Formats: sequence, C-alpha cells, structure tokens
Amino acid sequence: MSSTLGYAVQDSMTMLRRNLKHAIRYPAVGLGSALTPILMLLLFVYAFGDSIGAGMGGDRDAYLEYLTPGILIMGVASGSMSTSVAVCSDMTEGIINRFRTMNITRSSFMTGHVLGSVLGTMVCLVLVVGFALALGFRSSASPLQWLAAAGLLTAIAFAVTWLSVPLGMISQTVESASNKPLLVQFLPFLGSAFVPAGSMSPGLSWFAENQPFTPMTETLRGLLTGSEIGADGWISLAWCAGITLIGYLWSRSLFRTTTKR
Amino acid sequence: MPSFVMPTSRKGDGDPAPAAPAIAATGLHKAYGEKTVLDGIDLRIPAGSVFALLGPNGAGKTTTVQILSTLIAADGGRAEVAGHDIDSAPDAVRAAIGVTGQFAALDDLLTAEENLLLMADLLRLGKREGRARARELLTRFGIADVARKRAATFSGGMRRRLDLAMTLVGDPRVIFLDEPTTGLDPRSRRTMWETVRELVAGGTTVFLTTQYLEEADQLADRIAVLDGGRIVAEGTADELKARIPGSHVRLRFTDPEEYERAAGVFSGAARDEENLALRVAGDGGLDALRALLDRLDASGIRADGFSVHTPDLDDVFLTLTGHGTAGTAADTPLHVKETLR
Repeated sequence: MSSTLGYAVQDSMTMLRRNLKHAIRYPAVGLGSALTPILMLLLFVYAFGDSIGAGMGGDRDAYLEYLTPGILIMGVASGSMSTSVAVCSDMTEGIINRFRTMNITRSSFMTGHVLGSVLGTMVCLVLVVGFALALGFRSSASPLQWLAAAGLLTAIAFAVTWLSVPLGMISQTVESASNKPLLVQFLPFLGSAFVPAGSMSPGLSWFAENQPFTPMTETLRGLLTGSEIGADGWISLAWCAGITLIGYLWSRSLFRTTTKR
Repeated sequence: MPSFVMPTSRKGDGDPAPAAPAIAATGLHKAYGEKTVLDGIDLRIPAGSVFALLGPNGAGKTTTVQILSTLIAADGGRAEVAGHDIDSAPDAVRAAIGVTGQFAALDDLLTAEENLLLMADLLRLGKREGRARARELLTRFGIADVARKRAATFSGGMRRRLDLAMTLVGDPRVIFLDEPTTGLDPRSRRTMWETVRELVAGGTTVFLTTQYLEEADQLADRIAVLDGGRIVAEGTADELKARIPGSHVRLRFTDPEEYERAAGVFSGAARDEENLALRVAGDGGLDALRALLDRLDASGIRADGFSVHTPDLDDVFLTLTGHGTAGTAADTPLHVKETLR
C-alpha cells in the first residue's frame, strides 16, 4: 500500500508534536540534559584543565580544544536519559495501551519519542557549543566541516536515543529508567573524550580504544580541531548504524509484546 | 391492508440473534507460566447490546478484554471482533473498537482538549473535524469548563470521563469498558451508566467488565459470570436469577401457638424459632402465593405478616462462584441470602 508510508509519517508527526509540547511545557527536563555537559566543561577546564593540559604537553587552552568534542559527545549521551524516562512514564501511565489498541502505525510511538529527543539534544548541543566558544574554544573547521560535525552528532544522537527507548520500556519504574542510561552516559569517560585512550592502564586502554564512543570522539575532534581522523569516520558511522538498528528492532519487539498496568 | 410482521425481540430470551455478532469467541485460552488465567471462553455478543462480564478479582476479566482488544495474544482459541479476526486482522479490529481500561489512559501533561485532539490526529480526522469532535465531547462529558486544564489536575471521576471521551473520538462500533466505575463515587457511577445507555441507544456494542452485580443488572442485556477463567453461567439477569431455586415466602408470627400450628401445616418449611418465622419454598408467583394464603385460611391460622424473597444477583454470584475456593460450580452448596426489603 502506498498510503502506509504516508500514515507512518503522519502518525510519527502527531507523536512528535505531542512530545515537543511536553518539552516546551516542561523545559527543565530538556535543559537539564544540557546542564551536565556544561558543568563538566567548567569543571574539567577550570579545576583540572591546567594539570591535565600540562600532562598532555600543553596548557589550559589546549585542553579546552581537546576537551570540547568529548564534552559534545557526552552531551549526546546524557540526552538519552530523558528519552528513557519519557518512554517509561508513557508505558507505566497506561496511555501506551490506548495507542496499542488504536489503528495507528506501530512504530510511530517510538519514532515520535526519538525525533523529539534528537531535536532536544541538538538544541542542548548548540548551547554547549556556545558555552565552549564563550570559554575560548576556537575551531579550525570550515563550514563544510561544521556541517559534517553536526551530521555526525545527529547520527550519534539517533543511535543513542534509539537504544534508550527499549531501556525505558524494560524499566518497571521511572526511577530505574533514569538509572539505566547512566551506563551509556558514563561510557565517554572510558574513552578518549577527556584524556587520550592510550594514556590509560593497559586493559582499560584496550577497552577505550575499541568502544564506540572513542572513534566518534576522534572523528568529531578531527572535524572541529583538524586532528587525524583516518578510519574512525567510517567506524563511527558503522557503530551508529548498528546501535540504531539494535535499538529499533529491540523496541519494536518490546512494543508488540509488553503490557504493563 | 398490508400484513403486519411482528418485529422479533432483539434482546434475546435465549433466541440466537440472526445478525452477525459484534464479538464472537470460541475456546479462548491464556496461561502465564503454570497459572491458567482463561480456560476456554466462549462468547457470542449481538451487535448493539450491552454485555457484562461479571466476576471477582482475578477471575480473568481484564485478560479477556486485553485479548479481545488485541493488547495480548491468546494461547488458544479464536475470536472475531466487529467481523475481523483478532489474530489475522488486528488493525481492522483496532479501527473498529474503543477501549477504556481500568486505569485512565490519558496524557497527564496535556490539557483535556489536547488529549482529545491527540486522538483526533491519530485517527486522522483532519483539523476542523477533530476540533469539532473534541468540542462536542468536552461538552457532552461536562468537562468543557476545564478543557484547558492539564489532565493531571483532574479528579478521579473527571479522569474517567475524559478517558471515555478519548475512547469515543473515533466513534467506535464496539467499546470495551474494563471496570468503568471501580473507585467512582455514586454520582459519577450514575453518570457513567447514563453514558453507556446513550451509547447503546446509538447502536454501539458495549462489552463491560464489572465486579458490581448491580451494575451488570442495571446495564447489561446479557451477563456472563466468570470465575477462575471459566464462564460458569450466562444469560439475562432474570435468567440467572431464575437459576437459583431460592425463592421463598417468609411467614411471621407473634403467637408461638399459631407458629406451631402453621409449622404443622407447612411441614416442609424451614423454622426460624428465634423470630417465630417460617420459610416456605415457592417461586413467589401469584398463583403460588394465592395457594399459600388459601391454605392458611383453610387452617384458620393468623399470620402476623409475610414477605416474598427472590434471589438477587448477589445470590446468583455467590452460588455460582462458590466461596472463594475453586470447586466446580455444580457442587457448590446453594446459598440464599436473606434480604430485607
């Protein structure tokens, strides 16, 4: 049926409007996701910046340049928490059962959440970039590279958000839904977001070099500050595609089978 | 003169309805692990009628609604709702039904009006029609004055009304109401009953579950008593009541001597020494009463008063479902409650 796709888009837009209404009416939830990376930025630049910068053979400004891409990656990850919470609260409040007994495109509930969250995350990231610029971050990126950076961040946001949807669905309470993505949020620390992965202890360093956030951080760093990207670009995109697919398939099967009261 | 054809009664006295049923199920079965929740449910509900599934907590009422409304899949059996198979054509079923569950399924963060508009959008009604429908339902359910307040601020009764209004946005042909009045105050309950009656008058089929016998008695054309995952009885309220041979006439006396004499005449009657009363079995019909009074007259006995007791649905319910223990319904001892009217 040719109208199937049309319905899917229409239903997803309806769900997106609902989620945007929530976000605009309760901006604290969304802006909270921006606060964490901004505080981290301040903490790492002003409290640890001198010594970490010196350890890496530079100064505080050099560290700001190194750190900003990592903070942006962290910002994407921390945006995922609100997705899990919002999904879980829909699941526990019964409205999900109403959606499931209506003749609507099954995936629209999830797509609505994901699109809303990704938009929210992008707004937060703009705030974080603005903050970094105010602190003295200077990028060597051309407009095209900025565009590529934005594209990469969007792809990562989609991946992380799609993974947060099933995490919210399997949570019995909103509290546990807010805990599950902590693991995802913590992961950039164990990568090259804050310090080079190679500087860690051997076991950790192996993990840091092979976990998804490291190539993502390195690609973004390359685009914004001109460092070497190499194969990391393609590896990042592959990770994004893989995580998105897993999140999508997992949440689709959960949506079909999970009933909560 | 054209010849008149007597219309056949729709509210069946056991006659099978000729039209396609709104809901038809055979052998529905559902188990969660070891625990069997539904153990072979058969249903046949004519279009435009109210059907009540009556049963205690844990009988399987909600599970039945969840299966018929495509929320969960049955392990066995088949069912058609509004002419569509719930397994092979769930979307067609969904397009025809409306479900109001036990817990209000609304968006707390949106206003009442926005909740209704969300439904209209999901039903793809179009802007203008959606607005008109929302307005109409807000007025009909008496929540127009709070249309722009968030649903989270609503009382229990208002939430239920908004919930039902959301169910009705799409004008469904078959409506499932899972314990629609549980936890409501008596006034909200009456309002809900009125709404159900209006719906049926408009041709909608209503499938409701309840643990209140009065509710089933008031609303339903047919009632099925569900217990331990099985339907233990089905029929109209009157048919169910007639299944309990517990009708009796109670004769009261003030004079112990009269009481004793009467006990001699009605030797089969149950004695209530304390209150000087006799319980004479009988169907409470006019002929039986006349015969009873004639016998009293013939013996010259003066009774102080008499009352007729017919079993109500409470009796039916207790008799059919036993006393909490899962025994077969046929073996449960007859229970007739003394009701003072």
